Amino acid sequence: MLTDILQLLIYGILLGSVIALGAVGVSLIFGILRFAHFAHGDLMTAGAYFALFFMTATGASIWLAFPFAVMGAILVALAFDRVVYRRLRRTRPVILLIASIGVAFILRNAVLAIWGPDITVYESGIKPPLRFLGLRIKEDQIAIIIGAVLLVVLLSLFLQRTRMGKAMRAMADDPDLARITGIDTDRVILWTWVIGAGLAAAGGVFLALDTRLQPTLGWYILLAIFAATILGGIGKPYGAIAGAMVVGISAELGAGLPGVFGADWSLTSYKPAITFLLMVAMLLWRPQGLIGGKA
Amino acid sequence: MMEHVGASLIYLLDPFVLAFAGIYAVMALGLNVQWGYTGQFNIGVAGFFAAGAYTSAILTTAPTDNHLGGFALPIVVGLAGAVVVSGLLALLIGLITIRLREDYLAIATIGLAEIIRLTLKNEDWLSNGTRGVFAIPHPFQGMPANERNLAYFILVAVVVVGLYLLLERARRAPWGRALRALRERESAALAAGKNVDRFRLEAFVLGSAVMGLGGGLYAHFAGFISPEVFEPMFGTFIIWVMLIVGGAGNGKGAILGAFIIWWLYTFTTGLISMAPVKYATQLGALRVMLVGAVLIAILLWRPDGLLPESRDVGGGRRK
Repeated sequence: MLTDILQLLIYGILLGSVIALGAVGVSLIFGILRFAHFAHGDLMTAGAYFALFFMTATGASIWLAFPFAVMGAILVALAFDRVVYRRLRRTRPVILLIASIGVAFILRNAVLAIWGPDITVYESGIKPPLRFLGLRIKEDQIAIIIGAVLLVVLLSLFLQRTRMGKAMRAMADDPDLARITGIDTDRVILWTWVIGAGLAAAGGVFLALDTRLQPTLGWYILLAIFAATILGGIGKPYGAIAGAMVVGISAELGAGLPGVFGADWSLTSYKPAITFLLMVAMLLWRPQGLIGGKA
Repeated sequence: MMEHVGASLIYLLDPFVLAFAGIYAVMALGLNVQWGYTGQFNIGVAGFFAAGAYTSAILTTAPTDNHLGGFALPIVVGLAGAVVVSGLLALLIGLITIRLREDYLAIATIGLAEIIRLTLKNEDWLSNGTRGVFAIPHPFQGMPANERNLAYFILVAVVVVGLYLLLERARRAPWGRALRALRERESAALAAGKNVDRFRLEAFVLGSAVMGLGGGLYAHFAGFISPEVFEPMFGTFIIWVMLIVGGAGNGKGAILGAFIIWWLYTFTTGLISMAPVKYATQLGALRVMLVGAVLIAILLWRPDGLLPESRDVGGGRRK
């Protein structure tokens, strides 16, 4: 039984890693541009499909395709910022939110139009999972966790050590105060999209590697990303990562535990609902996030 | 090519298309109470749409082993049930979420709509799961197809006009003015002694009950419903686009927007039927992209919609 619970924990950390890569971007965008970016999940999907495109075009492995996916998603995000978001920045944030829902539908259906509705994988063939102490984990899954940790370390170096990183944190924390101290807001916004979209693409590729590619890939994980963002406190990238772990682990435990304890029913089909209830509880109880911050 | 375009254009006036547009107009009018009047950001329209459709379907179908009921009740009772159930659902959700900021309310409502859809998809005893509910009675069952559609369109049109007059009256009444006040400046409404939470809850419940009615009307016209109908695209997003394109806050705008977007969507269906079948899904995706592009174009260039909200709210003196 302990092994089963540990196994669920591993799945939870895996899911949490993917959610974290999305949630960092959503949290920064929410903090700096003041709106909930509903197209973030579909940006992840786009990244995952860019990797597939590169692999089929060149025959390269997924890891060579990875930087291509990141670049592609960044360009897409910057293009939408230029054409749509930037022009709406002077209006109320809720208008940006509505626009981002439109962008989400455009992106998802662009993927559908280009690659079709069929579910695909990067590499076919079944690789048996590694086993130790009765636990099962695939090589890909180990790579995903290591990849996510590396990216988070890089992000943290960027946020702590560089001028731009510090400016971003300042602006996410208090945009008005940041502006009067002479921070170049346009450049901060540009870098917000670069970081947000780059990490989103990474999350999308990892999610597709662990599951399968389909046009709704990122959309289905968006609510979990929002939950993680709110749990962590908006505008707090580290909070978002912690929130993502809480969301990922509780979703897997919530779905799997009844089975571990011998129940003949399962909550697997309600996994999104578990995440969601956690988030609503959070919104009502501590809208400023688990570890302080602004509401 | 031209014949196809012509045929597609004529098809837009087919009662079958008009009736669906009218049903969407009901939904848009409901959303207008929440977003237009009150500024409530409900992107879980699909949840109330589904609640209404399933309630009316379960109440009126003949007894079956496939799902709960059917109770074989008259359609009028089914529609009333749809209004009551979606209203109660809104009351329950509203009591929990009504004080949330607009962007949080958005996230909360879309999550609730997804939970409702998951429940309908997984609970076979209630809703027959993904197989859906079929053989939902039509009020004009005996008539030939064309006349039946026309009769239903007239029924829907009567409902739309009736709702419009009712909601317009509510908007001009002190109740509607209070909603507008709290939308524009909550602190002022509070200072004027308005019970802001109560007004908000009332608007949320009223709007959702109207959406439930729209759901019931949809079920009896389509004859078949399944969880797929209530996915975010057709359950929520297209209704938002209709309201924003038409003009939030203006009932006429909501109705106009519903017809324009449904026509646009149907017209492109007609054009797609010319293309080879194997591209159908891809071309369908292009149509959704078109709807998204229309939304963004309106936000950029005509943010108040085609028929902006009237500044005349009734009462008071005008300059």
